[in-house]
Amino acid sequence: MSAAHPVMNPAADIGIERSPGLWSLAWRRLMRDRVAVASLIVVVAFLLLAVASMFGWVAKNWNSEIAVNYAPPTLFKSLYAAATEATKGEGEKGPEVEGLAVQRQPIVNDRDPLRSILDELRAQLGQGAEGVEEIKIVDPLADVIAELKKKLGRVDGAIEDVGEDKKAPHLAFGADKWGRSVWDKVVKGTETSLLVGFAAAILATVIGTLLGAVAGYFGGKTDDFLNWFYSIFNSIPYILLVLAIAAVLQKKGVLTVVLILGLTGWTSIFRVVRAEYMKHKARDYVRAANAIGATHMRRMFTHIFPNISHVVLVQLSLYVVIFIKSEVILSYLGFGVGVDTVSWGSMLNEAQNELILGYWWQLAAATLFMAVLVTAFSLFTDALRDALDPKLK
Amino acid sequence: MTAYIIRRLWQIVPTMAGVILLIFLLFNVVGGDPAYLLAGKISNAEQIANIRKQLGIDEPYWYQLLLFVKQVVTFDFGQSWSTNEAVSSIFATRLPNSLLIGVPLLILETIIAIAIALVVAYKRGSLTDRSVMVSCTVAQSISILVYIIVLQYVLAYKLGWFPVQGWGNGFFENLFKYAALPIIIALAVSLAPNIRLYRTFLLDEVNQDYVRTARAKGLSENRVMLVHVLRNAAIPIITNLMIQLPGLLVGLFLIERFFSVPGIGREVILAVERSDFPVIKAITVYVALATMLANLLADLLYKAVDPRVELK
Repeated sequence: MSAAHPVMNPAADIGIERSPGLWSLAWRRLMRDRVAVASLIVVVAFLLLAVASMFGWVAKNWNSEIAVNYAPPTLFKSLYAAATEATKGEGEKGPEVEGLAVQRQPIVNDRDPLRSILDELRAQLGQGAEGVEEIKIVDPLADVIAELKKKLGRVDGAIEDVGEDKKAPHLAFGADKWGRSVWDKVVKGTETSLLVGFAAAILATVIGTLLGAVAGYFGGKTDDFLNWFYSIFNSIPYILLVLAIAAVLQKKGVLTVVLILGLTGWTSIFRVVRAEYMKHKARDYVRAANAIGATHMRRMFTHIFPNISHVVLVQLSLYVVIFIKSEVILSYLGFGVGVDTVSWGSMLNEAQNELILGYWWQLAAATLFMAVLVTAFSLFTDALRDALDPKLK
Repeated sequence: MTAYIIRRLWQIVPTMAGVILLIFLLFNVVGGDPAYLLAGKISNAEQIANIRKQLGIDEPYWYQLLLFVKQVVTFDFGQSWSTNEAVSSIFATRLPNSLLIGVPLLILETIIAIAIALVVAYKRGSLTDRSVMVSCTVAQSISILVYIIVLQYVLAYKLGWFPVQGWGNGFFENLFKYAALPIIIALAVSLAPNIRLYRTFLLDEVNQDYVRTARAKGLSENRVMLVHVLRNAAIPIITNLMIQLPGLLVGLFLIERFFSVPGIGREVILAVERSDFPVIKAITVYVALATMLANLLADLLYKAVDPRVELK
């Protein structure tokens, strides 16, 4: 409490060292926990990646077709080749990749019927750049193709169709059906996941904390009413409520997903905060605040709230994990983010069909990223709870 | 006891009224005019006008609400907007299929999770305990979608041990042929959280005085753990089981969808995809009711297992 009211510091006047507050004590406990530090580093790394992607520093051109369709990943192969290079003079990297290079999909890749003519002409012209330009202008399909691409939902202006010959035959993390880099997509998916996870968690926490504080603090009829409201939301299974709202909203996008998850998910924090307020409102410090004339609002949020904020923080952290998982499922089902952005859920949806064709890399990338982030966040949440409440365990 | 049950049933009424109101607000007020949604499916303007009349959309909200309450009470939600199948018939034909996967799953999952939790709680802090706990955390972090996609691909598609998807007519054919893989996948997903939960329940008990007494009077470890500890930990375990009961209805929606099992969960997703409001409304209302009844059942069982519990 002393940390919450740093109005004056009598301890400093008489020359006694000030005792550390709840947060600095918790921070010290957290830093002593090796698992907590490791998971925190991972989470921070993911956050930095998401921020970098939000500002367009990485994965900006996730929507451009930089490689051939289903370009295979070479990350492990090149690592392997580097390791074996010393023993075997020449690595078998070349031919192996050639063998893996997937059959081109005629519909998407060889969509230009004039391709062969262009190549022929170009050879005749001795690879003159102007020759290519000329042919391109004559191509009667250019407009149609551009329109079709727009219809396919890959608008954004970000599409930059790299010339066929410039397309990479393989990428470190591979490419998807359209030749988009899986690495860029999975990074963009990180941004979506963390954005949705945090925004929805904050929304749910604000709603749940406000309602829980009012219900627990005032009690009586207010409490009865809010409890009734809570029991309504609580009696409908979470996923059913989410799907019902998704059915009604009929609109896709990050904001919709945040609203759906936030508006349905507030119940668990409501119960916790309400119980805390019921416990705290009768305590001496609250009665003392009442005696010096603090208003209800002041007592609720200036006096009690700092004392229960650790509970709120742990709940917030739990929410992020739950909402990241829910967003993936919603996007997988097609009720989540739209086609103009990437989610691990929509990647899994594409990956499901790719797996049967033998293209496993998109599935692996989305799974790996999600598993690492969620594991780290869960471990961090556990450590945070232990650090904030040493009485547990 | 009877008085308690009656009072609790009576308490369901206002909550149920709230659920009906919420669903009504969502679908009839926020959801807007369903005629627009139907317009895509039915081209005839006359038909739309007819349907509007049937649904009572031209009527004031209070009348629509009354209509909705009548539907809930009489179990008659009319017909699905997309397939024209009666909603009651959807329930009757889909529910057994959901239960055919859900019930064996719940039984297996409880037995296996308790067994593993007993072992790790007994060897608390050991390498076994810690490695099981770490694997549980990791297992929980992988999306259920990945479990389904990978296990369906490997076990059904590649190895051919199970049918990739489908559903038959015979009970045993469904149980042993088509439900087997869905149950295995659902087990893989649900074991980790349940083991963690049951472990904490058991750990709350293993340090109690009565356990030390039981050991002091020379009982075998098996008897201490399986009879004394397990019986006391049964109270929260039963509560958890009861809370999971309503999940049997829609909880396996992803698995039902992947394996084309004609169950309630798959029906929900189909209904959301097709904006089939009557089906979603009916399923939501009745699953909410089932949830409340399951909670009541949990409290009653609580009392039956632990006579110290006072029902008030």
